[in-house]
Amino acid sequence: MSEGFYYLSEIFFAGLTRGSIYALLALGYTMVYGILGLINFAHGEVYMIGAFVGLVFASLFSIMGYSHLALFAVALAAAVIWAGAYGFTIERIAYRPLRKAPRLAPLISAIGMSIFLREYVILAQTSDFVAFPALFEGLPDLGPLRDFIQPGELVITLVTLGVLGLLFVLIKFTKLGLAMRAIAQDREMAMLLGVDSDRVISYTFVLGSMLAAVGAILIAAHVGQINYHIGFIVGIKAFTAAVLGGIGSIPGAALGGLILGLTESFATGYISSDYEDVFAFAILVLILIFKPAGLLGKNRQEKV
Amino acid sequence: MWRRWFLPLCLTLFLSLAALEVQADLKIGVAGAHSGDLAPYGIPARDALALAAEKLNAAGGLLGQKVQLVVLDDVCKPGVAADVANKMVAERVVAVIGHICSGATKAALPIYQAAKIPVISPSATSPELTLEGRYPLFFRSIPHDAKQAMVQADFIVQKLKAKTAVIVHDKGDYGKALALLVEQELKKRGVKILMVEGVTPGAVNYSALVRKIGREAPDVVAFGGYHPEATKIVTQARKRRIKSAFISGDGVKDPSFIKIGRHYVEGYYATSPADISGLPQTQQVNQELADRGQSSGNFGLQAHAAFTALVQAIKRAGSTDPEAIKKQLHAQTVDTVLGKIHFDPQGDIVGAGISLYQVKDAQFVDLNFQPEP
Repeated sequence: MSEGFYYLSEIFFAGLTRGSIYALLALGYTMVYGILGLINFAHGEVYMIGAFVGLVFASLFSIMGYSHLALFAVALAAAVIWAGAYGFTIERIAYRPLRKAPRLAPLISAIGMSIFLREYVILAQTSDFVAFPALFEGLPDLGPLRDFIQPGELVITLVTLGVLGLLFVLIKFTKLGLAMRAIAQDREMAMLLGVDSDRVISYTFVLGSMLAAVGAILIAAHVGQINYHIGFIVGIKAFTAAVLGGIGSIPGAALGGLILGLTESFATGYISSDYEDVFAFAILVLILIFKPAGLLGKNRQEKV
Repeated sequence: MWRRWFLPLCLTLFLSLAALEVQADLKIGVAGAHSGDLAPYGIPARDALALAAEKLNAAGGLLGQKVQLVVLDDVCKPGVAADVANKMVAERVVAVIGHICSGATKAALPIYQAAKIPVISPSATSPELTLEGRYPLFFRSIPHDAKQAMVQADFIVQKLKAKTAVIVHDKGDYGKALALLVEQELKKRGVKILMVEGVTPGAVNYSALVRKIGREAPDVVAFGGYHPEATKIVTQARKRRIKSAFISGDGVKDPSFIKIGRHYVEGYYATSPADISGLPQTQQVNQELADRGQSSGNFGLQAHAAFTALVQAIKRAGSTDPEAIKKQLHAQTVDTVLGKIHFDPQGDIVGAGISLYQVKDAQFVDLNFQPEP
C-alpha cells in the first residue's frame, strides 16, 4: 500500500473518532429539539459534568485497585446515571415551568443553566485542568492495525456505533420510542391519545444526557484531561453537527457528527489546522444553502 | 473694601500652594491592572511596590524627601491606560513603574515620552516596545518575548542540532506571537521549517494534526501556547511513537503540565524566566509580603527590582531630571531581588534571564544552557 493511502486512512480514523463524539452529543440536541423545538444550550455542560463524575468514580475505584477495564465500566456507569439525573433535573427546573412561555424564554433559561453549571463546577471542583485516568492504556496492541488507529480510538468508534444501534432499537421498537416519535410529530394529538408528554420529555432529556456522558467518558479517557470548559467548544460543534444533519432528525445528527469530524480532520490533514473551523462551518453553510433543513431534516410547516 | 482684600488673598493662597508644592513628596507612579480579569497580574506588583516604598521611607526616603506612590488602575485597557498616563503627568510623577499589559503600556508610552517621564514596566513583554527604539525613556525589568524565542532557537540549533522543525501554536496572542518568533529565529539560523500550524484550544483532540506531524517527522516541534494543548499534542505524538523533540515557552512550565502529561512529557523542553526563589533578598521580600497576607505573584518581584533600580538611579543622579535618571539606569548595575541586573542600550533587562528547563523524572530541571554567541 502506498504511503498516501496510509496517511489518508490515518486522517480518516482521526476524523471518525472526533465525529463519534460530535455524534453522541448532537443526538441530545436533536432529540430535544425534535420534541420541544428547544435548543438545550446546557447540553455541553451535562457532557462536562459527566466527565467530572467519571473522574471522581474512576479515581475512587483506582485507589481500590481495580483494573482499567473495570474502572472504565464504573466511570461510564456512574457518569451515565449522574448525567441522566442532571438532564432530568435541568428539564424540571429550567424548561418545564416555561413550557407555555414564548419560545425565547426557555432559550434564555438554557443559557442561564449553562452558565450556572459551569460556575458550579468551578466552585465545587476546580477551575484548573485535572488529569483523567488513562483508562485505555491497558488495552492490547493492535498489531498490524496500529499504524491506522490507536486502541483508544477504536474503542471510541465501536462504543459509539453500539450506542447508536441501541438508540435506534429504542426509538424504533419500544413504546417509549413510539411515544417520542408521536410527540415529535404532533404533541397535542399525542396527548389527546393518552401519551404522557411531560414524562416522555423527561425521558428524552435523560436519554440525551446519558449519550453526552458516554461521549465525555470516552474522550476524557482518551485525551487524559478535563476542566470545566470542555463542554463549550464540543457543544457548539455538536450543535453545528445537529443542524448540518437536519435538526430534529436522529440519523441526521449521527451523520452530521461524522461529516463534521471527518471534514475537520481532512482540513487539518491536507490543508492546515488553522482552517479547521473555517472548513467545519463552510460545509455547514454549503449544506444549508442547498438543503435548508439539513441533510436529513424535514421542512417543518409553521403551525398556525 | 472687598476689592482691597481680594488680591492679597489670592496671593496668599497662591504662595501657600507654592509652598506646599516645595514640601511635597517625591511622587512615583504605579500603573497597572488592579481590578478586572487581569488584576492578578497587577496587584502583586502594586503590593510589592508599596512594601518597597514603605521601607525606603522608613530608612529616610529619597533625596531627603518621602516617596509617595501614585497608584492608578488601567484595567489593562489601552484607552484607560492613556487616561492614567495623563493623570500621572498631571500629578507630576518623577517616574512610573508600569504598566502591566503590553497593550496598555503601548498606549501610555507616547504620553510619558512627550512629558519626559521615565517608565519601567515589570511585565510588558511585547518585543517592539524596546526594540523599535521609539521610547528611549522606557525600560523593563522582564525579558521580552523574543528573548525566549532566541533562547529556544539557539538551543534547538546548538544542542539539539536540529535540521528540520514544525511550528505549532494555539492561535492566541501569547502562543502565536512566541511561535512565530521562534520560526523567525530558526529560519535565521538555517533550520528548515516544514510547516506552521495553528490549533483551536479546547478542541476534542488533535489526532489529525499529530498524524500530520508524524508524516513530516521533524527533528523538533516548537509549540507556542499553554499546557493543556501541549499535553494533548505531546501525549498523542508519543502514543504514535513520534520521536521529535518538543519545546515550548513558559506557558507550559506549570506543575499541571507534568501532572497531566505524566510519562508522556518526559524530555519536554521549556524556556521560562529563571527561577530566583533561592536568593536571600528574594526570600525576604516574599516573606514580608506573605506576612502582610500578600504575595509577589506573577510580577511582584520584577516590580520590586524596577523600584530598586529606579531609586538607585535617582540617588546616583542626585536629581529627578529624566535625562539624568535615564543615564544612570543605563550605566549602573544594581543588586535587586532578581539578582544583579542592568539595562542594555535599548532598555531591556540583562542579568535576570531566560532559563531552559527539561522535564526529567517528573521535575522541571534547569539545564543551565548558555547560548554560544
